[in-house]
Amino acid sequence: MTTVSDTVHYVFLAAAACFVLGLHLMNHPRTARRGNTLSGTAMSVAVAATVWLVADEGAISRTGWLVLAGGGLLGAALGLWAAREVRMTAMPQLVSLFNAVGGGAAALIAVNDLLQADTPAAIGARVSVPAALDIVIGAVTFSGSLIAAGKLQGVVSGAPVVFPGARLLNVLLPASFVAGTAWLVLAPESRTALYGLTVVALLFGVTMVLPIGGADMPVVIALLNAFTGSAVAMAGFVLDETALIIAGMLVSSSGGILTKLMADAMNRSVANIVVGGFGTGDGAPTATGSGVPAQVRSVSADDVAIQLAYASKVVLVPGYGLAAAQAQHELGDLAELLTDHGVDVSYAVHPVAGRMPGHMNVLLAEANVPYTQLKEMDEINPEFPQADVALVIGANDVTNPIARRPGNAISGMPILDVDKAKSVVVIKRSMGHGYAGVDNELYTDPRTGMFFTDAKKGLAELKSSVAEFVT
Amino acid sequence: MNDLDLLTAITVFVLSVLVGIEVISKVPATLHTPLMSGSNAVHGIVVVGAMLIAAESHSWLGYTLAFVAMVFGAMNVVGGYVVTDRMLRMFRTKPPAHEKTEV
Repeated sequence: MTTVSDTVHYVFLAAAACFVLGLHLMNHPRTARRGNTLSGTAMSVAVAATVWLVADEGAISRTGWLVLAGGGLLGAALGLWAAREVRMTAMPQLVSLFNAVGGGAAALIAVNDLLQADTPAAIGARVSVPAALDIVIGAVTFSGSLIAAGKLQGVVSGAPVVFPGARLLNVLLPASFVAGTAWLVLAPESRTALYGLTVVALLFGVTMVLPIGGADMPVVIALLNAFTGSAVAMAGFVLDETALIIAGMLVSSSGGILTKLMADAMNRSVANIVVGGFGTGDGAPTATGSGVPAQVRSVSADDVAIQLAYASKVVLVPGYGLAAAQAQHELGDLAELLTDHGVDVSYAVHPVAGRMPGHMNVLLAEANVPYTQLKEMDEINPEFPQADVALVIGANDVTNPIARRPGNAISGMPILDVDKAKSVVVIKRSMGHGYAGVDNELYTDPRTGMFFTDAKKGLAELKSSVAEFVT
Repeated sequence: MNDLDLLTAITVFVLSVLVGIEVISKVPATLHTPLMSGSNAVHGIVVVGAMLIAAESHSWLGYTLAFVAMVFGAMNVVGGYVVTDRMLRMFRTKPPAHEKTEV
């Protein structure tokens, strides 16, 4: 080992340590930004050190430098543009896109490595095993994440897409890629095995994500994040770079933990989600309602405003409907008005509210809601009995009390105890069902008032009504 | 690479998983989106791998693959860190006095 390559490896080690510290600092909103900056700085240093290493080894051609600089600049410009332009509601698509490119890059590294070596003797199991795994995981992540991003963006149907023969294909494809992986491990020099496996893995990514419904996206994104991490770690084995192994597995753990948390919050297993979404697998919608709503009490903006203005404690329950209507700013304004008036306001955030883990918190932060008012499910549930008003905006399944009883599609799913508040107001456009397709008992509760309107318009009306009462 | 090195690599692999679980399970749900986006940026380290293959490429196929890998990796790194920072800047303790955020 030369001195330069030794030094560069120490730099990589230091960078890996900074990634761990950076993620550690993410455990509090106050220090999180510093953590990200630390991690980003370490990444820049690692990239600079790699440039030095490449230059020092001198094996790179002029074209190689062009490829390196051109690709790097183009990618950086695209990334910067996307990161600056993205709306906070579109964050899940962007994360999914970054998963795709990360997984794709990892797979290309393995493909390239196998192409470089021409003789079977040059590739031992030490390289062929991680290379085959890298290609499989990376390619599945690449195509799967693109489909997920397409679904979130509305380019691909958000509903579970099931086509004739899908089940059969989902049996054949994994079988052929197990066979393909084995073939590539045993004959890493075979181009047929290499290209065949890549194509099969890309197809599998598509058929894996297509049948998954929109409500399951938080779990899918977390799972694909874990996949990307593993693909990068495998690329680390192929290239013999521990920095890639460490960074990849850190991400993989993070994705794994979030996948588990999200699946638990929906009371479903990861396998169940991957095999089929709500209404396609075993969780077929139960016909609980006749379609005609029972006694529902409809209320006006002024009725609700009086309740809110004279309350001492209000809990706001934002759900997907709020995010879809992009009404987070209106909600933030209303809450600020109430807070200024001396009302104790907090937000109850269900773990799966939004379209990726913790997405609702980001949307509310964008609307200047202080994070001290954001309460997680376990923290806020004991507070509902003291709340004078619980204001639900576009959250359906996560507030449905029937989840506490067995025998329906959402049985056992942890919910927000909105029904324990002294009174409840629900802002909703219609009596339509949530993803689970079951009636919400909360809406027919005598203490519940239904304010039928668009979230954005309704909250703006509430704000002006409340302003009249408090000033 | 000899067997001892493989053993070291596997040790690093296992320990990284454990460290990851230990560090990440303490992150509150409020920060789960920035966490995912931030860890997303960390897997952008793959750009280092892309640079290494670009350095060893000597065929058009190799150059093409390395170029695409570079674009992907650089996009992942730069976009990941910038967007995470943008999100984290929004988390604050008190709402600023009637100042509207630019979208």
